[in-house]
Amino acid sequence: MDNTVLIAVVSMGAIGVFFAAFLAFASTKFAVEEDPRVEAVQSILPGANCGACGQAGCSNFAAAVVAGEVPVYGCPVGGSETGDKIAEILGMEGSGGSGGKKAVAKVMCNGDDEKCKNKYRYIGVQDCVAASRMAGGGPKACEYGCLGLGTCVGVCPVDAITISEDGLAVIDEEKCIGCEKCVAACPKNVIRMVPYGQQVHVMCNNPEPGKIVRKKCEVGCIACKKCEKACKFDAIHVEGNLAKIDYEKCTECMECVKACPTYTIVGDLENRKIARILEDKCIKCTICKKNCPFEAIEGEVKQPHRVLEDICVGCGVCYEKCPKDAIEMIGSKVEKNKNSKEVV
Amino acid sequence: MELLLLFISTVLINNFVLSRFLGICPFLGVSKKLEVAFSMGLAATFVMTLSAIATWLIQHYILMPFGMERFLQYVAFILVIASLVQFVEMFLKKNSPALYQSLGIFLPLITTNCAILGLALLSALNGYGLVTSTVFGFGAGVGFTLAISAMAGLREAMEFGDVPVPFKGVPITLITAAIMSMAFLGFSGLIAM
Repeated sequence: MDNTVLIAVVSMGAIGVFFAAFLAFASTKFAVEEDPRVEAVQSILPGANCGACGQAGCSNFAAAVVAGEVPVYGCPVGGSETGDKIAEILGMEGSGGSGGKKAVAKVMCNGDDEKCKNKYRYIGVQDCVAASRMAGGGPKACEYGCLGLGTCVGVCPVDAITISEDGLAVIDEEKCIGCEKCVAACPKNVIRMVPYGQQVHVMCNNPEPGKIVRKKCEVGCIACKKCEKACKFDAIHVEGNLAKIDYEKCTECMECVKACPTYTIVGDLENRKIARILEDKCIKCTICKKNCPFEAIEGEVKQPHRVLEDICVGCGVCYEKCPKDAIEMIGSKVEKNKNSKEVV
Repeated sequence: MELLLLFISTVLINNFVLSRFLGICPFLGVSKKLEVAFSMGLAATFVMTLSAIATWLIQHYILMPFGMERFLQYVAFILVIASLVQFVEMFLKKNSPALYQSLGIFLPLITTNCAILGLALLSALNGYGLVTSTVFGFGAGVGFTLAISAMAGLREAMEFGDVPVPFKGVPITLITAAIMSMAFLGFSGLIAM
């Protein structure tokens, strides 16, 4: 009896060892070189395999992210924190390729029911894709604008999109995780990825000539190029009848917002930034004065410098140039611009 | 001749899936696409044939001489099958990553596929010789491949069929499996063994 147990143990052990050796050999023979980054990314993912990102599970997401198929902020559960870590592993600076800032989706259209009338009444399926297949690309006068039927709302994994009362999709910048699902879902391609925190936007997607746009929508870009002339930073250009902001160059001075005759370019003009000189740090070198593109700073060498609040637009050039960090940009200022317009 | 008869009977008459009801899990799980189902069948056939040989060797040279076949059979067979499945997995990962991805979880699950353990046990129970066991294992694998491929073909066709809502998905699949099983019953008159 004892003998049987012994034989059983030894023989099973021997078989086990034999197969283990065989498998060990096979594993070196058939070793597959995997990207170590995939494993690194996988280790920081939540690991719930929930599938909210659209991939089958966390491991698939990790592989796709490394392959560059999905954005680094694609994990809605991990949010921006996980995204930052993934970006770090992949050697990207902070995120989605837009200048170190998180990219968020934005609906580039301001033509609500009042400003851009409907051509006809649409009572079909309440879905943008369905509506866009109708004659003239949907009921809206402008074929390029937001239909507001909420196809994007349905695909948003974090409920960041709502349809406003006047029929436009609005994306909450805070909630948006930059997954770009709405960008892909929108049949009008009116949703774009913009840097998080960017305030100035050209809210129009219509590339038709100004004359036609004017007939269709009150707030459409008519390609008048006034913004181009107003911009001192070469940050806005009219391309294909549509003004485009170069977010890398834009300082959010909002001169274009002021210049735009159709209120297409939006920005919170009332609360734009303003420079303030910190007296105790200022060495009165006049560097800020020389660099100010708006001549909004006055002062001579060894004389106290002063920001002319009426003229300062908050572009931040002086803030960048000051060698002593003696200038700070403050968020809102009391409205002093007489010629400022009501913000649309 | 006897081997050929055994082969045909294993493939058609005593089909592992449709007559013995073994290996139902992958039969239902991996039969959505013909191509994948066929590959799954091939992987299973490979494992079955090899494990038929390996288990026969273990049965006859290790278990039987020491009189341990009664209580160590399961453990020893599972050990062999698990190792072989691991090997197939490594092999596929290296040589066909796409197939490896599409088989997914079902590949390691071949380990616990009762068709394979059933094959090893049946072969031992019937007292088959080495060659007979091998043919039996291969036949079982071919039978499995045939069943799963036929199922996948039907399911692909049904994707576009007008299936009543309550029967969509799993129910219609199970009904199909049952009808296929009945159809295979017709083969029983093919050979008198």
